[in-house]
Amino acid sequence: MKVTIDGIEIDVPKGTTILQAARMIGPEVAPPTMCYYSKLKTSGGYCRTCIVKVTQGSTANPNPMPKPVASCRTEVMDGMVVQNITSPEIIEARKGIVEFLLINHPLDCPVCDQAGECKLQDLGYEHGSANTRYEFKRREYEPIDIGDKIKLHMNRCILCYRCVKTAEQITDGRVHGMIHRGDAAEISTYIEQSLSNDFSGNVIDVCPVGALTDKTFRFKQRVWFTKPVDAHRDCKKCSGKARVWLKGEEVLRVTARKDQWDEVEEFICNSCRYDHKKKSDWVIEGPSPIHRNSVISQNHYQHLNELKVEAMKHQKALGFMSINKKP
Amino acid sequence: MQLTNRSKQVSFKEMTVAEKIYFPAIVKGMAVTFSHLFKKRPTIMYPEQKREYAAVYRGQHVLKRDDNGAERCTSCGMCAVACPAEAITMESGERKKGEEHLYREEKYAKTYEINMLRCIFCGLCEEACPKEAIFLTDRIVDAEYERDTFIYGKDKLVEKMDKRIDVTKRQTPEVLAFKKIPGLKHNELYTGKLEKGKH
Repeated sequence: MKVTIDGIEIDVPKGTTILQAARMIGPEVAPPTMCYYSKLKTSGGYCRTCIVKVTQGSTANPNPMPKPVASCRTEVMDGMVVQNITSPEIIEARKGIVEFLLINHPLDCPVCDQAGECKLQDLGYEHGSANTRYEFKRREYEPIDIGDKIKLHMNRCILCYRCVKTAEQITDGRVHGMIHRGDAAEISTYIEQSLSNDFSGNVIDVCPVGALTDKTFRFKQRVWFTKPVDAHRDCKKCSGKARVWLKGEEVLRVTARKDQWDEVEEFICNSCRYDHKKKSDWVIEGPSPIHRNSVISQNHYQHLNELKVEAMKHQKALGFMSINKKP
Repeated sequence: MQLTNRSKQVSFKEMTVAEKIYFPAIVKGMAVTFSHLFKKRPTIMYPEQKREYAAVYRGQHVLKRDDNGAERCTSCGMCAVACPAEAITMESGERKKGEEHLYREEKYAKTYEINMLRCIFCGLCEEACPKEAIFLTDRIVDAEYERDTFIYGKDKLVEKMDKRIDVTKRQTPEVLAFKKIPGLKHNELYTGKLEKGKH
């Protein structure tokens, strides 16, 4: 099936969503996502961040779709023409979405442990406006402990359901979920019962905001003062491939490795995550790839290859490469 | 060859009699000296008398408290990441129940150190601070005998309740206007417990 996204044509198999097709093209045209997670089934469709404009439904029916559609839930049709960043309407609509997501968000980034690797922060910077028009009191909850390793700040939650789906699909027998409805909806467990499954720690990694954070890392250090390295260890429960966040010789935090869409590559077990906080527990492979615009790469060296590729692109753009070809 | 046009020809001509007795030259010099007695004295008798500083003078830092006396700093690390000299280090702590009058937010700086030998007084920390906690003031960092005494901890940086430091002069009209917007959590004082799950 041929689909055109922002003027770039791509061939995709049947059943692909617009979002997946856009991701195949590359990060420049891929819409941002807050709730969709390719590793979790039935995720997506809640946050509306990934909306796109369909200017031509298909070759058979070339009418445009009447309103912006959620690209994570819309499958492509043959000959579909989609606009994402090329449509001013979508940019404006996405700004509205960000404003909605931030209505109840406390904006306590200076306190929040997620700051620096928070998707909502990135989204706000890219698409949001500096002011809010909301005049009422934000909903407020006291932070609660879910077990002894996870802290839940319901204030920061954007109700993306990722953690609920992770608990359902990765662990057996989920004990937490969403209670109440609409504006009063909140993530909760049965009477603050702990999440005790071996893989329950992954809800921290899938959380796009700082609602679920690691208590063993709580307020230890800001992420941009730590150095992420890819490391592995022999683990009976999981693959043992993880990302270890170092400060000097000290292991401050262990998380799963994340790909370029900020999604976990392989889920790791709680024992790797919480109990192995010594450098000798891990075999270090090398520094993790961090985007150079990320605050985490502040004061860290970059991958040499990445720099080379960057320099080549720059040279090509300036036309240096064509000098030799001139007659 | 002449490199510049500023070279002077040296002359070895004989001095006149008036020049030889030196006395007129001494009188002339003394007259200049004497005339200075009646001129305005440019010396400032520091430390009894102090020169007025510019409103934006960048001297020793202060960590501000809010109107209730709670520390404003939440140890967010923005100053440390902005610092070009890497002079700032900090460690965060979690506020316990009953400490609300001491610390403004749930996280606070357990230790906060500025190495005054590394600091270049550029004021980027002040600019980066999202909580209006750190300001540079018109105070001068004291001279010390030991290098390690230049590492200023919270005991020296946090303002004393009986000696509050006024920084309103340093704040731009935009900042002062922002501080008057009602409803912003930044401008609110801590009032007590939160209502659970209610608007």
